[in-house]
Amino acid sequence: MYSIYRKEISSFLSSLIAYIVIIVFLMMVGLFMWVIPDTSVLSYNYATLDQLFTLAPLVFLFLIPATTMRSFAEERQTGTIEFLSTKPISELEIVGAKFLANLTLVLFALLPTAIYYYSVYKLGYPEGNLDSGGIMGSYIGLFFLAAVFVAIGIFASSITNNQIVSFILAAFLCFICYFAFGFLSNLPIFVGSLDYTIQKMGISYHYSALSKGVIDSRSVVYFLTVIIFFIVLTMYSLKQRRG
Amino acid sequence: MSVIVSNLTKTFGDQNAVDDLSFEAKPGEILGFLGPNGAGKSTTMKMITTYLQPTSGTATVCGHDIIKDQMDVRRHIGYLPEHNPLYKDMYIKEYLQFVARIHKVDNAKDRIGELIETTGLQKEQHKLISSISKGYKQRVGLAQALLHDPDVIILDEPTSGLDMNQLIEIRALIKKLGETKTVIFSTHIMQEVQALCDRVIIINEGKLVANDPIDMLQKRLKGEDVIYLELDKKYDASALESINGVNSVTRISDTQYTIGANNASDVRPDIFRTATQQNWVILEMRREQKNVEYIFQQLTKKQTADV
Repeated sequence: MYSIYRKEISSFLSSLIAYIVIIVFLMMVGLFMWVIPDTSVLSYNYATLDQLFTLAPLVFLFLIPATTMRSFAEERQTGTIEFLSTKPISELEIVGAKFLANLTLVLFALLPTAIYYYSVYKLGYPEGNLDSGGIMGSYIGLFFLAAVFVAIGIFASSITNNQIVSFILAAFLCFICYFAFGFLSNLPIFVGSLDYTIQKMGISYHYSALSKGVIDSRSVVYFLTVIIFFIVLTMYSLKQRRG
Repeated sequence: MSVIVSNLTKTFGDQNAVDDLSFEAKPGEILGFLGPNGAGKSTTMKMITTYLQPTSGTATVCGHDIIKDQMDVRRHIGYLPEHNPLYKDMYIKEYLQFVARIHKVDNAKDRIGELIETTGLQKEQHKLISSISKGYKQRVGLAQALLHDPDVIILDEPTSGLDMNQLIEIRALIKKLGETKTVIFSTHIMQEVQALCDRVIIINEGKLVANDPIDMLQKRLKGEDVIYLELDKKYDASALESINGVNSVTRISDTQYTIGANNASDVRPDIFRTATQQNWVILEMRREQKNVEYIFQQLTKKQTADV
Protein backbone atom coordinates (compact mmCIF):
# COMPACT_ATOMS: atom_id res chain seq x y z
CA MET A 1 0.00 0.00 0.00
CA TYR A 2 2.84 2.34 0.87
CA SER A 3 4.35 1.96 -2.59
CA ILE A 4 1.19 3.23 -4.28
CA TYR A 5 0.70 5.96 -1.68
CA ARG A 6 4.20 7.17 -2.36
CA LYS A 7 3.66 7.07 -6.12
CA GLU A 8 0.42 9.05 -5.84
CA ILE A 9 2.05 11.73 -3.70
CA SER A 10 4.98 12.08 -6.08
CA SER A 11 2.62 12.37 -9.03
CA PHE A 12 0.74 15.17 -7.20
CA LEU A 13 4.04 16.94 -6.71
CA SER A 14 5.43 16.41 -10.20
CA SER A 15 2.22 17.41 -11.96
CA LEU A 16 1.96 20.62 -9.92
CA ILE A 17 -1.55 19.62 -8.80
CA ALA A 18 -0.42 19.71 -5.17
CA TYR A 19 0.89 23.26 -5.39
CA ILE A 20 -2.10 24.57 -7.27
CA VAL A 21 -4.59 23.04 -4.85
CA ILE A 22 -2.78 24.38 -1.81
CA ILE A 23 -2.27 27.85 -3.30
CA VAL A 24 -5.85 28.21 -4.56
CA PHE A 25 -7.27 27.04 -1.25
CA LEU A 26 -5.16 29.46 0.79
CA MET A 27 -5.76 32.32 -1.62
CA MET A 28 -9.52 32.00 -1.52
CA VAL A 29 -9.78 31.51 2.21
CA GLY A 30 -7.16 34.19 2.82
CA LEU A 31 -8.95 36.75 0.67
CA PHE A 32 -12.25 36.31 2.45
CA MET A 33 -10.66 36.24 5.88
CA TRP A 34 -8.26 39.14 5.67
CA VAL A 35 -8.85 41.28 2.58
CA ILE A 36 -12.47 41.56 1.48
CA PRO A 37 -13.95 44.08 3.95
CA ASP A 38 -17.44 42.51 4.08
CA THR A 39 -16.16 39.29 5.57
CA SER A 40 -12.73 40.19 6.93
CA VAL A 41 -11.91 39.36 10.54
CA LEU A 42 -10.28 42.77 10.84
CA SER A 43 -13.49 44.69 10.21
CA TYR A 44 -15.69 42.12 11.94
CA ASN A 45 -14.16 43.03 15.29
CA TYR A 46 -14.66 39.58 16.78
CA ALA A 47 -11.81 37.17 17.32
CA THR A 48 -13.10 34.11 15.46
CA LEU A 49 -12.18 31.82 12.60
CA ASP A 50 -15.81 31.39 11.52
CA GLN A 51 -15.07 32.67 8.03
CA LEU A 52 -12.53 29.91 7.52
CA PHE A 53 -14.89 27.19 8.60
CA THR A 54 -17.86 28.36 6.53
CA LEU A 55 -15.80 28.96 3.44
CA ALA A 56 -13.50 25.92 3.51
CA PRO A 57 -16.26 23.33 2.82
CA LEU A 58 -17.36 25.36 -0.22
CA VAL A 59 -13.84 25.53 -1.60
CA PHE A 60 -13.36 21.82 -0.93
CA LEU A 61 -16.60 21.18 -2.79
CA PHE A 62 -14.83 21.78 -6.08
CA LEU A 63 -11.15 21.45 -5.16
CA ILE A 64 -11.35 17.90 -3.80
CA PRO A 65 -13.24 16.50 -6.81
CA ALA A 66 -10.54 18.14 -8.93
CA THR A 67 -7.75 16.27 -7.12
CA THR A 68 -9.57 12.95 -6.98
CA MET A 69 -11.01 12.96 -10.48
CA ARG A 70 -7.97 11.34 -12.03
CA SER A 71 -7.31 8.66 -9.42
CA PHE A 72 -9.09 5.83 -11.22
CA ALA A 73 -10.48 7.53 -14.34
CA GLU A 74 -6.95 8.12 -15.63
CA GLU A 75 -5.80 4.60 -14.77
CA ARG A 76 -8.74 3.24 -16.71
CA GLN A 77 -8.19 5.61 -19.61
CA THR A 78 -4.52 4.71 -20.05
CA GLY A 79 -4.93 1.04 -19.14
CA THR A 80 -2.57 1.18 -16.17
CA ILE A 81 -5.42 -0.22 -14.07
CA GLU A 82 -4.65 -3.54 -15.75
CA PHE A 83 -1.05 -3.20 -14.63
CA LEU A 84 -2.11 -2.47 -11.04
CA SER A 85 -4.78 -5.17 -10.94
CA THR A 86 -2.34 -7.89 -11.92
CA LYS A 87 0.22 -7.00 -9.25
CA PRO A 88 0.13 -8.70 -5.85
CA ILE A 89 -1.80 -5.92 -4.14
CA SER A 90 -5.43 -6.04 -3.07
CA GLU A 91 -8.19 -3.69 -4.13
CA LEU A 92 -8.41 -2.36 -0.58
CA GLU A 93 -4.73 -1.43 -0.70
CA ILE A 94 -5.12 0.39 -4.01
CA VAL A 95 -8.23 2.30 -2.92
CA GLY A 96 -6.80 2.95 0.54
CA ALA A 97 -3.55 4.30 -0.86
CA LYS A 98 -5.33 6.69 -3.19
CA PHE A 99 -7.68 7.80 -0.43
CA LEU A 100 -4.82 8.53 1.96
CA ALA A 101 -2.76 10.29 -0.70
CA ASN A 102 -5.61 12.68 -1.51
CA LEU A 103 -6.33 13.20 2.18
CA THR A 104 -2.67 14.03 2.78
CA LEU A 105 -2.90 16.70 0.12
CA VAL A 106 -5.94 18.25 1.83
CA LEU A 107 -4.13 18.11 5.14
CA PHE A 108 -1.24 20.05 3.68
CA ALA A 109 -3.68 22.66 2.40
CA LEU A 110 -5.20 22.99 5.88
CA LEU A 111 -1.93 23.09 7.79
CA PRO A 112 -0.88 26.66 6.88
CA THR A 113 -4.19 28.00 8.20
CA ALA A 114 -2.66 27.50 11.66
CA ILE A 115 -1.09 30.90 10.95
CA TYR A 116 -4.59 32.38 10.81
CA TYR A 117 -5.29 30.92 14.22
CA TYR A 118 -2.07 32.35 15.58
CA SER A 119 -2.82 35.78 14.08
CA VAL A 120 -6.33 35.96 15.48
CA TYR A 121 -5.01 34.68 18.80
CA LYS A 122 -2.50 37.54 18.92
CA LEU A 123 -5.02 40.13 17.73
CA GLY A 124 -7.59 39.27 20.38
CA TYR A 125 -8.12 41.68 23.22
CA PRO A 126 -7.00 40.56 25.69
CA GLU A 127 -4.55 38.39 23.80
CA GLY A 128 -5.76 34.80 23.35
CA ASN A 129 -9.43 35.76 23.71
CA LEU A 130 -10.93 33.20 21.33
CA ASP A 131 -12.75 29.90 21.52
CA SER A 132 -9.83 27.50 21.07
CA GLY A 133 -11.93 24.46 21.89
CA GLY A 134 -14.48 25.33 19.23
CA ILE A 135 -11.74 25.93 16.69
CA MET A 136 -10.13 22.59 17.48
CA GLY A 137 -13.50 20.89 17.02
CA SER A 138 -14.07 22.74 13.77
CA TYR A 139 -10.70 21.59 12.45
CA ILE A 140 -11.55 17.99 13.28
CA GLY A 141 -14.96 18.44 11.63
CA LEU A 142 -13.37 19.99 8.55
CA PHE A 143 -10.89 17.13 8.34
CA PHE A 144 -13.70 14.56 8.48
CA LEU A 145 -15.69 16.52 5.91
CA ALA A 146 -12.70 16.56 3.59
CA ALA A 147 -12.24 12.81 4.12
CA VAL A 148 -15.86 12.21 3.12
CA PHE A 149 -15.38 14.38 0.00
CA VAL A 150 -12.23 12.45 -0.89
CA ALA A 151 -14.03 9.11 -0.49
CA ILE A 152 -16.88 10.38 -2.69
CA GLY A 153 -14.42 11.72 -5.27
CA ILE A 154 -12.52 8.45 -5.48
CA PHE A 155 -15.75 6.54 -5.88
CA ALA A 156 -16.90 8.87 -8.69
CA SER A 157 -13.54 8.39 -10.37
CA SER A 158 -13.81 4.60 -10.22
CA ILE A 159 -17.05 4.35 -12.18
CA THR A 160 -15.94 6.20 -15.31
CA ASN A 161 -12.88 6.60 -17.49
CA ASN A 162 -13.70 10.21 -18.25
CA GLN A 163 -12.18 12.68 -15.81
CA ILE A 164 -14.73 15.40 -16.49
CA VAL A 165 -17.62 13.07 -15.77
CA SER A 166 -15.83 12.01 -12.64
CA PHE A 167 -15.36 15.63 -11.51
CA ILE A 168 -18.96 16.68 -12.11
CA LEU A 169 -20.36 13.57 -10.48
CA ALA A 170 -18.11 13.98 -7.43
CA ALA A 171 -18.96 17.67 -7.03
CA PHE A 172 -22.67 16.85 -7.31
CA LEU A 173 -22.50 14.02 -4.75
CA CYS A 174 -20.51 16.18 -2.33
CA PHE A 175 -23.06 18.95 -2.74
CA ILE A 176 -25.90 16.52 -2.03
CA CYS A 177 -24.21 15.16 1.07
CA TYR A 178 -23.34 18.60 2.39
CA PHE A 179 -26.38 20.75 1.59
CA ALA A 180 -29.27 18.75 0.23
CA PHE A 181 -30.33 17.05 3.45
CA GLY A 182 -30.61 20.43 5.16
CA PHE A 183 -32.81 21.83 2.38
CA LEU A 184 -34.86 18.66 2.23
CA SER A 185 -35.69 18.79 5.91
CA ASN A 186 -37.28 22.21 5.38
CA LEU A 187 -39.88 20.81 3.00
CA PRO A 188 -43.40 21.25 4.43
CA ILE A 189 -44.14 17.52 4.42
CA PHE A 190 -41.20 16.76 6.69
CA VAL A 191 -41.45 19.71 9.07
CA GLY A 192 -42.56 18.54 12.49
CA SER A 193 -42.13 14.86 11.68
CA LEU A 194 -38.96 13.66 9.94
CA ASP A 195 -37.08 16.95 9.59
CA TYR A 196 -34.64 16.30 12.41
CA THR A 197 -33.82 12.77 11.20
CA ILE A 198 -33.22 13.99 7.66
CA GLN A 199 -30.97 16.78 8.89
CA LYS A 200 -28.88 14.26 10.76
CA MET A 201 -28.25 12.36 7.53
CA GLY A 202 -26.37 15.32 6.02
CA ILE A 203 -22.79 16.37 6.64
CA SER A 204 -23.57 19.96 7.66
CA TYR A 205 -25.44 18.89 10.78
CA HIS A 206 -22.51 16.87 12.09
CA TYR A 207 -20.00 19.46 10.94
CA SER A 208 -21.66 22.20 12.97
CA ALA A 209 -22.08 19.79 15.88
CA LEU A 210 -18.31 19.24 15.99
CA SER A 211 -17.59 22.96 15.60
CA LYS A 212 -19.20 23.60 18.96
CA GLY A 213 -16.05 22.09 20.41
CA VAL A 214 -17.63 18.88 21.69
CA ILE A 215 -16.42 15.76 19.96
CA ASP A 216 -19.68 13.85 19.79
CA SER A 217 -19.00 10.17 19.18
CA ARG A 218 -22.20 9.93 17.12
CA SER A 219 -20.86 12.48 14.67
CA VAL A 220 -17.50 10.72 14.46
CA VAL A 221 -19.28 7.42 13.82
CA TYR A 222 -21.39 9.14 11.15
CA PHE A 223 -18.34 10.43 9.28
CA LEU A 224 -16.49 7.12 9.51
CA THR A 225 -19.58 5.25 8.26
CA VAL A 226 -19.94 7.48 5.20
CA ILE A 227 -16.20 7.18 4.43
CA ILE A 228 -16.22 3.38 4.74
CA PHE A 229 -19.44 3.21 2.71
CA PHE A 230 -17.86 5.01 -0.25
CA ILE A 231 -14.58 3.09 0.00
CA VAL A 232 -16.46 -0.21 -0.07
CA LEU A 233 -18.53 1.07 -2.99
CA THR A 234 -15.31 1.96 -4.85
CA MET A 235 -13.90 -1.52 -4.27
CA TYR A 236 -17.15 -3.00 -5.48
CA SER A 237 -17.07 -0.91 -8.65
CA LEU A 238 -13.47 -2.00 -9.30
CA LYS A 239 -14.43 -5.66 -8.85
CA GLN A 240 -17.48 -5.21 -11.07
CA ARG A 241 -15.38 -4.21 -14.04
CA ARG A 242 -13.53 -7.52 -13.93
CA GLY A 243 -16.74 -9.25 -14.99
CA MET B 1 3.38 -27.98 -15.63
CA SER B 2 3.50 -24.38 -14.57
CA VAL B 3 0.40 -23.20 -16.42
CA ILE B 4 -2.61 -25.45 -16.73
CA VAL B 5 -5.71 -24.00 -18.38
CA SER B 6 -8.82 -26.13 -18.11
CA ASN B 7 -12.14 -25.44 -19.83
CA LEU B 8 -11.67 -21.71 -19.56
CA THR B 9 -14.71 -19.80 -20.84
CA LYS B 10 -15.50 -16.12 -20.92
CA THR B 11 -18.76 -14.66 -22.18
CA PHE B 12 -19.44 -10.99 -22.83
CA GLY B 13 -23.19 -10.63 -23.17
CA ASP B 14 -24.18 -13.44 -25.50
CA GLN B 15 -20.81 -13.58 -27.25
CA ASN B 16 -18.33 -16.29 -26.32
CA ALA B 17 -14.98 -14.51 -26.30
CA VAL B 18 -13.18 -17.62 -25.06
CA ASP B 19 -14.92 -20.95 -25.46
CA ASP B 20 -13.91 -23.99 -23.43
CA LEU B 21 -10.17 -23.52 -23.86
CA SER B 22 -7.74 -26.04 -22.37
CA PHE B 23 -3.97 -26.22 -22.73
CA GLU B 24 -0.78 -26.54 -20.71
CA ALA B 25 2.61 -24.90 -20.71
CA LYS B 26 5.77 -26.08 -19.02
CA PRO B 27 9.04 -24.44 -18.00
CA GLY B 28 11.68 -24.20 -20.70
CA GLU B 29 9.03 -23.83 -23.35
CA ILE B 30 7.99 -20.86 -25.43
CA LEU B 31 4.35 -21.04 -26.27
CA GLY B 32 3.11 -18.97 -29.19
CA PHE B 33 -0.43 -17.76 -29.07
CA LEU B 34 -1.80 -17.14 -32.50
CA GLY B 35 -5.15 -16.09 -33.85
CA PRO B 36 -6.90 -13.44 -35.92
CA ASN B 37 -7.94 -10.19 -34.27
CA GLY B 38 -10.71 -10.72 -31.77
CA ALA B 39 -10.02 -14.44 -31.47
CA GLY B 40 -9.78 -14.21 -27.68
CA LYS B 41 -6.01 -14.19 -27.21
CA SER B 42 -5.92 -11.15 -24.97
CA THR B 43 -9.01 -12.23 -23.06
CA THR B 44 -7.37 -15.57 -22.28
CA MET B 45 -4.23 -13.83 -21.09
CA LYS B 46 -6.24 -11.41 -18.98
CA MET B 47 -7.93 -14.33 -17.27
CA ILE B 48 -4.68 -16.19 -16.58
CA THR B 49 -3.21 -13.01 -15.07
CA THR B 50 -6.34 -12.58 -12.88
CA TYR B 51 -7.41 -9.29 -14.47
CA LEU B 52 -10.67 -10.78 -15.73
CA GLN B 53 -12.79 -13.32 -13.93
CA PRO B 54 -13.63 -16.39 -16.06
CA THR B 55 -17.32 -17.17 -16.66
CA SER B 56 -16.54 -20.83 -16.10
CA GLY B 57 -13.55 -23.13 -16.02
CA THR B 58 -10.28 -22.24 -14.37
CA ALA B 59 -6.51 -22.25 -14.67
CA THR B 60 -3.60 -22.76 -12.34
CA VAL B 61 -0.27 -20.99 -12.38
CA CYS B 62 2.52 -22.82 -10.54
CA GLY B 63 -0.16 -24.75 -8.66
CA HIS B 64 -2.14 -21.67 -7.63
CA ASP B 65 -5.72 -21.30 -8.77
CA ILE B 66 -6.48 -18.08 -10.65
CA ILE B 67 -9.81 -17.67 -8.86
CA LYS B 68 -8.95 -18.76 -5.33
CA ASP B 69 -5.29 -17.74 -4.87
CA GLN B 70 -5.09 -14.59 -6.95
CA MET B 71 -2.31 -13.00 -4.92
CA ASP B 72 -0.07 -16.07 -5.28
CA VAL B 73 -0.77 -16.23 -9.01
CA ARG B 74 0.17 -12.57 -9.40
CA ARG B 75 3.43 -13.13 -7.52
CA HIS B 76 4.47 -15.82 -10.00
CA ILE B 77 3.52 -14.01 -13.19
CA GLY B 78 5.31 -11.34 -15.12
CA TYR B 79 2.79 -9.71 -17.40
CA LEU B 80 3.14 -7.26 -20.26
CA PRO B 81 -0.41 -6.20 -21.19
CA GLU B 82 -1.43 -5.32 -24.71
CA HIS B 83 -0.69 -1.66 -25.61
CA ASN B 84 1.87 -1.65 -22.79
CA PRO B 85 0.28 0.72 -20.25
CA LEU B 86 2.85 2.84 -18.39
CA TYR B 87 2.76 5.81 -16.04
CA LYS B 88 3.97 8.37 -18.50
CA ASP B 89 4.74 11.09 -15.96
CA MET B 90 7.30 8.91 -14.18
CA TYR B 91 11.00 8.49 -14.89
CA ILE B 92 12.11 5.05 -16.06
CA LYS B 93 14.10 4.33 -12.91
CA GLU B 94 11.41 5.79 -10.67
CA TYR B 95 8.85 3.55 -12.34
CA LEU B 96 10.98 0.43 -11.97
CA GLN B 97 11.60 1.29 -8.34
CA PHE B 98 7.87 1.61 -7.86
CA VAL B 99 7.32 -1.85 -9.37
CA ALA B 100 10.14 -3.28 -7.26
CA ARG B 101 8.50 -1.88 -4.12
CA ILE B 102 5.15 -3.45 -5.08
CA HIS B 103 6.82 -6.83 -5.51
CA LYS B 104 9.02 -6.30 -2.44
CA VAL B 105 12.09 -7.20 -4.49
CA ASP B 106 15.27 -7.61 -2.43
CA ASN B 107 18.28 -5.71 -3.65
CA ALA B 108 16.04 -3.64 -5.88
CA LYS B 109 18.83 -1.32 -6.99
CA ASP B 110 21.03 -4.11 -8.38
CA ARG B 111 18.10 -5.88 -9.96
CA ILE B 112 16.94 -2.70 -11.73
CA GLY B 113 20.46 -2.07 -13.01
CA GLU B 114 20.65 -5.63 -14.26
CA LEU B 115 17.34 -5.34 -16.13
CA ILE B 116 18.18 -1.96 -17.63
CA GLU B 117 21.19 -3.71 -19.10
CA THR B 118 19.40 -6.82 -20.39
CA THR B 119 16.63 -4.79 -21.98
CA GLY B 120 19.10 -2.31 -23.47
CA LEU B 121 17.83 0.79 -21.70
CA GLN B 122 21.20 2.14 -20.54
CA LYS B 123 21.18 5.21 -22.76
CA GLU B 124 17.63 6.19 -21.87
CA GLN B 125 17.58 5.25 -18.20
CA HIS B 126 17.37 8.79 -16.82
CA LYS B 127 14.56 9.90 -19.11
CA LEU B 128 10.89 10.50 -18.53
CA ILE B 129 8.75 7.63 -19.87
CA SER B 130 6.64 10.01 -21.95
CA SER B 131 9.75 11.24 -23.77
CA ILE B 132 11.10 7.91 -25.05
CA SER B 133 10.18 6.16 -28.29
CA LYS B 134 7.73 3.31 -28.61
CA GLY B 135 10.43 0.67 -28.85
CA TYR B 136 12.01 1.87 -25.62
CA LYS B 137 8.63 2.03 -23.91
CA GLN B 138 8.18 -1.61 -24.90
CA ARG B 139 11.49 -2.40 -23.22
CA VAL B 140 10.40 -0.61 -20.06
CA GLY B 141 7.22 -2.70 -20.10
CA LEU B 142 9.31 -5.83 -20.50
CA ALA B 143 11.69 -4.81 -17.71
CA GLN B 144 8.70 -4.21 -15.45
CA ALA B 145 7.36 -7.70 -16.19
CA LEU B 146 10.68 -9.38 -15.44
CA LEU B 147 11.66 -7.39 -12.37
CA HIS B 148 10.56 -9.89 -9.71
CA ASP B 149 12.08 -12.83 -11.62
CA PRO B 150 8.74 -14.56 -12.26
CA ASP B 151 8.42 -18.23 -13.23
CA VAL B 152 5.73 -17.55 -15.80
CA ILE B 153 6.05 -14.72 -18.29
CA ILE B 154 2.99 -13.64 -20.25
CA LEU B 155 3.53 -11.15 -23.05
CA ASP B 156 0.63 -9.78 -25.06
CA GLU B 157 2.04 -8.74 -28.44
CA PRO B 158 5.45 -7.77 -27.09
CA THR B 159 6.93 -6.93 -30.49
CA SER B 160 4.22 -4.72 -31.96
CA GLY B 161 5.52 -1.40 -33.20
CA LEU B 162 9.21 -2.23 -33.01
CA ASP B 163 11.70 -1.63 -35.79
CA MET B 164 13.74 -4.45 -37.32
CA ASN B 165 16.74 -4.15 -34.97
CA GLN B 166 14.66 -3.84 -31.87
CA LEU B 167 12.60 -6.81 -33.02
CA ILE B 168 15.68 -9.00 -33.24
CA GLU B 169 16.92 -7.88 -29.82
CA ILE B 170 13.61 -8.45 -28.10
CA ARG B 171 13.22 -11.84 -29.77
CA ALA B 172 16.66 -12.86 -28.57
CA LEU B 173 15.67 -11.81 -25.07
CA ILE B 174 12.45 -13.84 -25.20
CA LYS B 175 14.38 -16.84 -26.53
CA LYS B 176 16.80 -16.59 -23.63
CA LEU B 177 14.00 -16.31 -21.09
CA GLY B 178 12.35 -19.37 -22.62
CA GLU B 179 15.31 -21.54 -21.68
CA THR B 180 14.39 -21.61 -18.02
CA LYS B 181 10.96 -20.01 -17.67
CA THR B 182 7.51 -20.61 -19.04
CA VAL B 183 6.87 -18.00 -21.70
CA ILE B 184 3.48 -17.46 -23.30
CA PHE B 185 3.30 -14.75 -25.90
CA SER B 186 0.79 -13.65 -28.49
CA THR B 187 1.64 -12.18 -31.84
CA HIS B 188 0.40 -11.39 -35.31
CA ILE B 189 3.74 -11.98 -36.97
CA MET B 190 4.00 -15.51 -38.31
CA GLN B 191 7.76 -15.54 -38.85
CA GLU B 192 8.12 -14.74 -35.19
CA VAL B 193 6.24 -17.89 -34.25
CA GLN B 194 8.46 -19.95 -36.52
CA ALA B 195 11.59 -18.32 -35.18
CA LEU B 196 10.76 -18.43 -31.49
CA CYS B 197 8.16 -20.93 -30.44
CA ASP B 198 8.49 -24.50 -29.37
CA ARG B 199 4.78 -24.96 -29.51
CA VAL B 200 1.92 -23.06 -31.13
CA ILE B 201 -1.62 -22.62 -30.00
CA ILE B 202 -3.98 -21.28 -32.61
CA ILE B 203 -7.36 -20.06 -31.48
CA ASN B 204 -10.20 -18.77 -33.58
CA GLU B 205 -13.45 -17.31 -32.27
CA GLY B 206 -12.44 -18.38 -28.78
CA LYS B 207 -11.96 -22.03 -29.71
CA LEU B 208 -8.74 -24.00 -29.87
CA VAL B 209 -8.01 -25.01 -33.45
CA ALA B 210 -4.45 -26.25 -33.04
CA ASN B 211 -2.11 -27.03 -30.17
CA ASP B 212 1.02 -28.65 -31.56
CA PRO B 213 4.77 -28.49 -31.54
CA ILE B 214 5.70 -26.37 -34.50
CA ASP B 215 7.07 -29.22 -36.68
CA MET B 216 4.00 -31.34 -35.94
CA LEU B 217 1.78 -28.55 -37.06
CA GLN B 218 3.47 -28.48 -40.42
CA LYS B 219 2.93 -32.22 -40.85
CA ARG B 220 -0.67 -31.98 -39.82
CA LEU B 221 -1.62 -30.18 -42.94
CA LYS B 222 0.37 -32.42 -45.25
CA GLY B 223 -2.84 -33.29 -47.11
CA GLU B 224 -1.95 -30.74 -49.74
CA ASP B 225 1.18 -29.70 -51.57
CA VAL B 226 1.86 -26.14 -52.54
CA ILE B 227 3.75 -25.67 -55.81
CA TYR B 228 5.18 -22.38 -56.91
CA LEU B 229 5.37 -21.80 -60.66
CA GLU B 230 6.85 -18.95 -62.64
CA LEU B 231 6.46 -18.62 -66.42
CA ASP B 232 8.32 -16.27 -68.75
CA LYS B 233 5.31 -14.20 -69.75
CA LYS B 234 1.58 -13.96 -69.41
CA TYR B 235 -0.40 -16.94 -70.74
CA ASP B 236 -3.92 -18.20 -70.42
CA ALA B 237 -3.15 -20.67 -67.65
CA SER B 238 -6.55 -22.36 -67.43
CA ALA B 239 -4.99 -25.57 -68.74
CA LEU B 240 -3.30 -26.00 -65.36
CA GLU B 241 -6.62 -26.51 -63.64
CA SER B 242 -7.50 -29.48 -65.77
CA ILE B 243 -4.41 -31.44 -64.65
CA ASN B 244 -5.35 -34.49 -62.62
CA GLY B 245 -4.65 -33.86 -58.91
CA VAL B 246 -4.63 -30.06 -59.02
CA ASN B 247 -7.10 -28.55 -56.55
CA SER B 248 -6.57 -24.84 -57.01
CA VAL B 249 -4.59 -22.36 -59.03
CA THR B 250 -3.93 -18.94 -57.57
CA ARG B 251 -2.37 -16.25 -59.73
CA ILE B 252 0.07 -14.11 -57.71
CA SER B 253 1.09 -11.88 -60.62
CA ASP B 254 0.87 -12.12 -64.43
CA THR B 255 3.59 -14.74 -64.54
CA GLN B 256 3.54 -16.28 -61.06
CA TYR B 257 1.18 -18.91 -59.68
CA THR B 258 0.73 -21.06 -56.61
CA ILE B 259 -0.86 -24.41 -57.23
CA GLY B 260 -2.52 -26.44 -54.54
CA ALA B 261 -2.40 -30.15 -55.33
CA ASN B 262 -3.09 -33.56 -53.83
CA ASN B 263 0.05 -34.95 -52.32
CA ALA B 264 -0.96 -38.53 -53.15
CA SER B 265 0.83 -38.19 -56.47
CA ASP B 266 3.45 -35.70 -57.60
CA VAL B 267 1.83 -33.38 -60.15
CA ARG B 268 5.04 -31.65 -61.20
CA PRO B 269 5.73 -33.93 -64.21
CA ASP B 270 2.19 -33.23 -65.45
CA ILE B 271 2.68 -29.51 -65.04
CA PHE B 272 5.88 -29.74 -67.06
CA ARG B 273 4.13 -31.75 -69.82
CA THR B 274 1.24 -29.31 -69.97
CA ALA B 275 3.72 -26.45 -70.26
CA THR B 276 5.55 -28.01 -73.17
CA GLN B 277 2.25 -28.80 -74.93
CA GLN B 278 1.18 -25.18 -74.57
CA ASN B 279 4.63 -23.85 -75.49
CA TRP B 280 5.10 -22.16 -72.13
CA VAL B 281 8.58 -21.48 -70.80
CA ILE B 282 8.98 -22.45 -67.16
CA LEU B 283 11.40 -20.13 -65.36
CA GLU B 284 10.93 -21.69 -61.97
CA MET B 285 8.97 -24.47 -60.34
CA ARG B 286 9.33 -25.65 -56.74
CA ARG B 287 7.44 -27.45 -54.04
CA GLU B 288 7.04 -25.05 -51.10
CA GLN B 289 7.64 -25.78 -47.46
CA LYS B 290 4.36 -25.05 -45.74
CA ASN B 291 4.94 -22.17 -43.39
CA VAL B 292 2.98 -21.19 -40.34
CA GLU B 293 1.37 -18.40 -42.26
CA TYR B 294 -0.18 -20.86 -44.68
CA ILE B 295 -1.29 -23.19 -41.89
CA PHE B 296 -2.76 -20.30 -39.99
CA GLN B 297 -4.81 -19.25 -42.99
CA GLN B 298 -6.00 -22.77 -43.62
CA LEU B 299 -7.07 -23.28 -40.01
CA THR B 300 -8.87 -20.00 -39.57
CA LYS B 301 -10.13 -19.17 -43.02
CA LYS B 302 -13.53 -20.82 -42.71
CA GLN B 303 -14.58 -18.02 -40.44
CA THR B 304 -12.48 -15.20 -41.82
CA ALA B 305 -13.49 -15.70 -45.49
CA ASP B 306 -11.14 -16.97 -48.16
CA VAL B 307 -7.86 -15.15 -48.50
